Amino acid sequence: MSTSGPLTDDGLVQLLTPAGQRVEHPDYSGRIAHLDAEALRGLYRDMVIVRRFDAEATALQRQGELGLWAQCLGQEAAQIGSGRALRAQDYVFPSYREHGVAHTRGLDLADLLRLFRGIDHGGWDTEAHNFHLYTLVIGSHTLHATGYAMGVQRDGAVGTGDPDRDTAVVTYFGDGATSQGDVSEALVFAAVNNAPMVFFCQNNQWAISEPTTRQSRVPIADRAPGFGIPSVRVDGNDVLACYAVTAEALERARSGGGPTFIEAFTYRMGAHTTSDDPTRYRSAAEEDYWARRDPIDRLRLHLEAIGELPAEFTADLDAEAARLGERLRTTVRGWEAPDSASMFEHVYATPNAMVETERAWFEAYEGSFLPATGAADTTGAAR
Amino acid sequence: MSDMSGVQRLTLGKAINLGLRRSLEQDPKVLLMGEDIGALGGVFRVTDGLHKDFGGERVVDTPLAESGILGTAIGLALRGYRPVCEIQFDGFIFPAFDQITTQLAKMHYRSRGRLTLPVVIRVPYGGGIGAIEHHSESPEALFAHTPGLRVVSPSNPADAYAMIQQAIASPDPVLFFEPKGRYWDKGDVDLGPVAAPHAEAATGLDRAQVLRSGTDVTVVAYGPTVATALKAADAAAAEGTSIEVVDLRTLSPLDVETVVASVRRTGRCVVVHEAPTVYGTGAEVAARVTEECFYQLEAPVLRVGGFHTPYPVSKIEEDYLPGLDRVLDAVDRTLTF
Repeated sequence: MSTSGPLTDDGLVQLLTPAGQRVEHPDYSGRIAHLDAEALRGLYRDMVIVRRFDAEATALQRQGELGLWAQCLGQEAAQIGSGRALRAQDYVFPSYREHGVAHTRGLDLADLLRLFRGIDHGGWDTEAHNFHLYTLVIGSHTLHATGYAMGVQRDGAVGTGDPDRDTAVVTYFGDGATSQGDVSEALVFAAVNNAPMVFFCQNNQWAISEPTTRQSRVPIADRAPGFGIPSVRVDGNDVLACYAVTAEALERARSGGGPTFIEAFTYRMGAHTTSDDPTRYRSAAEEDYWARRDPIDRLRLHLEAIGELPAEFTADLDAEAARLGERLRTTVRGWEAPDSASMFEHVYATPNAMVETERAWFEAYEGSFLPATGAADTTGAAR
Repeated sequence: MSDMSGVQRLTLGKAINLGLRRSLEQDPKVLLMGEDIGALGGVFRVTDGLHKDFGGERVVDTPLAESGILGTAIGLALRGYRPVCEIQFDGFIFPAFDQITTQLAKMHYRSRGRLTLPVVIRVPYGGGIGAIEHHSESPEALFAHTPGLRVVSPSNPADAYAMIQQAIASPDPVLFFEPKGRYWDKGDVDLGPVAAPHAEAATGLDRAQVLRSGTDVTVVAYGPTVATALKAADAAAAEGTSIEVVDLRTLSPLDVETVVASVRRTGRCVVVHEAPTVYGTGAEVAARVTEECFYQLEAPVLRVGGFHTPYPVSKIEEDYLPGLDRVLDAVDRTLTF
């Protein structure tokens, strides 16, 4: 990799090498000291399940069951590591590729597919999981997260020392989003308010076809100190390091220490979406380089090396993943289009004469057609 | 603090100030956000004294970033607050246009009603104050064109006092357009309790009002042009023409019922606003009136408003704005059609 500019991998916090070897870090080793073998297997399970989900969704799109799919392939460690560092009361504002984080928040992964099936613009109860809806306008949600965190401050849910009360807000976004004005404004508002925030940037190297060099001349994380926000670069394919740096940033936020910016240096192993074709703009050599840094392989190699990946565990996990795939296929194919008149619902929270007038017209119009008769007249029997 | 009871004679700006004060007192979740709204009291002093009495956590001087103001207001609303954002001038709302139209307007819809965003956006708008570029515009139709937003504009101090409180109490996002050229106009304001925002009452936030009854021509106006319409009614009366003045008060939803009932009585309709007429509110009113009153109309619906030009330099703005003479000219054209 490049040794300067936004593509450098110098200075990344790492606790697990691509070969699966545990390495120590003076600031962060302590953050994972409590993770025993069972906890590590839990992280491994999360990543495997999310990857299976992602593959299944891609297949469903190829079969015409989804209109589009945005893969998180390759970003499992960044998402699971950071997501598992959260507490129940913390709140997440995701972009639209945070399927792994959604999993850690207890969402039914199937619900993520409603948006991509074209039957819902949202798809889940945000308050039940403290996980906001996906936001497709790049960077807009980082301001929502910041405002939410300002509300947390006003509620007195910061710096009380009560582990069940003190709350942090995390927003996820990509390298491309850092060029958006809204992200800069979010950093400004978070900094001057000392908001309990974590800005979690997954630098996956590509904004559709544009490399990070089109967004920045310096490492993305280097921008944050200019706003007065400390930042850290972490190996985004190292689930342990992602857990550790996020845990520290969350603790700082909850305790009243203010926002932190995390750049998770990772790679979008798949396409931007199922409509994209990465062969037009990036090399096979680059993809090979990152394939050798696969986040799941890394933890698997480690668990194998320490003798903590028993065959029955992987067999159970494979079976669980297969069951998830089967359930997703059945669930998605069973989803019908919503009733047409539902388009008029929830435009406003209060009755609205303009919407009601159009709804009434639409229903009368639809009702003006003869009801569909059975198949009798289309079989030709009547002729 | 002023004595907040009974009927007082107030400027429109002061009426909004007292309405904001009352909302801050009644609901601890209400907070004001904007540029220079704190110690300064806003560039028009509409928030005068509120920072002193309610503190910087509730009357918040924000960074100078409109998208940031709206975006963080959305987040605060998601946490249960009721932010009231001040956009310093009409022409500066556009950095926040994305947050307002792609996020604020759609959150309730895309969450299938689970999330509500009771955010109010106060916008001093309109011309006639001799200002420099970007300080005299009327962008209200852009927001009325966006489903999910409510757009209202008071024309007088009494409405300003009530409607700002109703807007804050509404669970929907509300664009609250304040006719800045009328900030210093005075009127009697009943400082008693105001109607619920979406009550059926004529004083609800969803209703237009007939401010003056007439029989020959309906003049529809809102915000800064209502006073012009009332003057036109006076002038026309002297010449024997009876004008009915309808103050729309709300552009979204549009109170079609009140407008149509008036035009069915008069048979003629002139719509007046400062915004350019092309693709504007007047076009919407004209379409609705034509559809609903086709057999009662004696003349085409006419629009009087700004031209399809950027807002001109202030030395000639009086020729751009729809003044008394142009309103009367349109009234005459409907009468002689």
